[in-house]
Amino acid sequence: MGLAGAATAYEILARLFFDPAHVPPLSAVVPEALRLLTGERFWTATGRTLAAVAVGLVIALAAGILAGFALGSVPQVRRATSSTLDFLRPVPSIVLIPVLVLVLDVRQITVLLVAVSCFWIVVFQVLYGLRDVDRVAVETARAFRLGRLARIVHVTWPTVLPYLGTALRLIVSVALALALTGGLVMGAAGLGEMIWSSQESGESTGMYALVLLTGGLGIGLDQLARLAERRLLHWHVATRREALA
Amino acid sequence: MKALGYALGLPAALVAAWWVASDGSTNVFLPPLRTIVEAFRDVWFSDTFVRDVVPSLWRLAAGYAIALAAGVVLGFVIGRWAAPRALTGPLLAYFRVLPAPVLIPVLLVAVGIGDTTKLVVITVGAVWPILLNTADGVRAADEVGLQCAAAYRLPRRTRHLLVLRGASPQIFAGARQALGLSIILMVVSEMLMSTDGLGFTVVQFQRSFAIPQMWSGVLLIGLLGFGLAKLFELVERRALRWHRGHTGQLTERP
Repeated sequence: MGLAGAATAYEILARLFFDPAHVPPLSAVVPEALRLLTGERFWTATGRTLAAVAVGLVIALAAGILAGFALGSVPQVRRATSSTLDFLRPVPSIVLIPVLVLVLDVRQITVLLVAVSCFWIVVFQVLYGLRDVDRVAVETARAFRLGRLARIVHVTWPTVLPYLGTALRLIVSVALALALTGGLVMGAAGLGEMIWSSQESGESTGMYALVLLTGGLGIGLDQLARLAERRLLHWHVATRREALA
Repeated sequence: MKALGYALGLPAALVAAWWVASDGSTNVFLPPLRTIVEAFRDVWFSDTFVRDVVPSLWRLAAGYAIALAAGVVLGFVIGRWAAPRALTGPLLAYFRVLPAPVLIPVLLVAVGIGDTTKLVVITVGAVWPILLNTADGVRAADEVGLQCAAAYRLPRRTRHLLVLRGASPQIFAGARQALGLSIILMVVSEMLMSTDGLGFTVVQFQRSFAIPQMWSGVLLIGLLGFGLAKLFELVERRALRWHRGHTGQLTERP
């Protein structure tokens, strides 16, 4: 009902106050979106954007988990690096665009942007997770003469995993945003570029339809990440409680 | 003293390494750090600062302030009462996942090019994390505390303030997220549609192959992001001192 209300309000506002060339009414946007869904161009663009998202995410997860464990396992290393990490994290990754544009092609840059931004989130989540490891459990494992590897697999990893689940949910939306930014700013082939070019050629209805569909894509990815998190953490107390309720 | 050594050791080593490694660099794209520092002084300690950095900062500050005010007010209303929550639920779910940079072309068409557009881009992009976190925080208000306040017949206004105060840790979490986002939106919107500002200047340097100047701009944006994040941390620590004491975070964990 809220959705219908919002749609009606938008329709009225758009028709009353704006030029349809600037803010097209929903009754024009939705058919356009449906038309795009049946066309091939939209799906190729979406495929390209999703490919950049996927590759960037895999790199970020692999590198982030490795770096997180390497930095977090040794107290001295963690203390020595914490100020540097704190400095680098708030630096927005898009400052890299002008630098990288000179050396790499735009598709690689887009993947790199996604990877760098998500990398930080993963690293910090792993570090938080490592700080949360139960000392008694570690000591117990030691008393049972579990090796370093076995301790990581049986004690540390299960503690870090919920933090990674949170990271997963966060990085999926960040990755999509950056993949789109790559298209908007640099014209890397994909949805972002398609939106920008339809803006430049004045097809505002098409652009609104694309933005509408992009939101749908965001919802899909978000649901996927939640599903993955639940699968990954099916043994965890919070998930089990959720399943009972 | 030892803590200071730990904090400064690695950054100093890294900068020194960069300085030494790049000193004899003849690569056009990777100029020596010395040249970058000189360019930094030449470019940013001149009237460029007034022409490009000040408008950027002004837009950032104004956009962020509006987002903060609107986000907290709307989030409070949505979190506190069930009817607006039910009405806006699906819409919020949609805007939560819609990537903010996509709004730039939309607003470009709807509002037109100009100062207002960039302001609106920053505001519209940054408002969501604040709004959603405020709504969540307000919703999670301590039930017993509220009933207590009702039993004491505290006036309505005081009770609202009580809820807002309880939600403030979450509001700060949202505001921190929004700060990073608004810096990104500022730079991107200036890269895409502007005649002044940090993002525009950096892109301009890059297009005219003024590489050391471009690097200095990148450094400045990085420093800006870092400085603002630190400033935010300071404010947050002050404002949430009661909370940290409350949850036992004041005592350092081993």
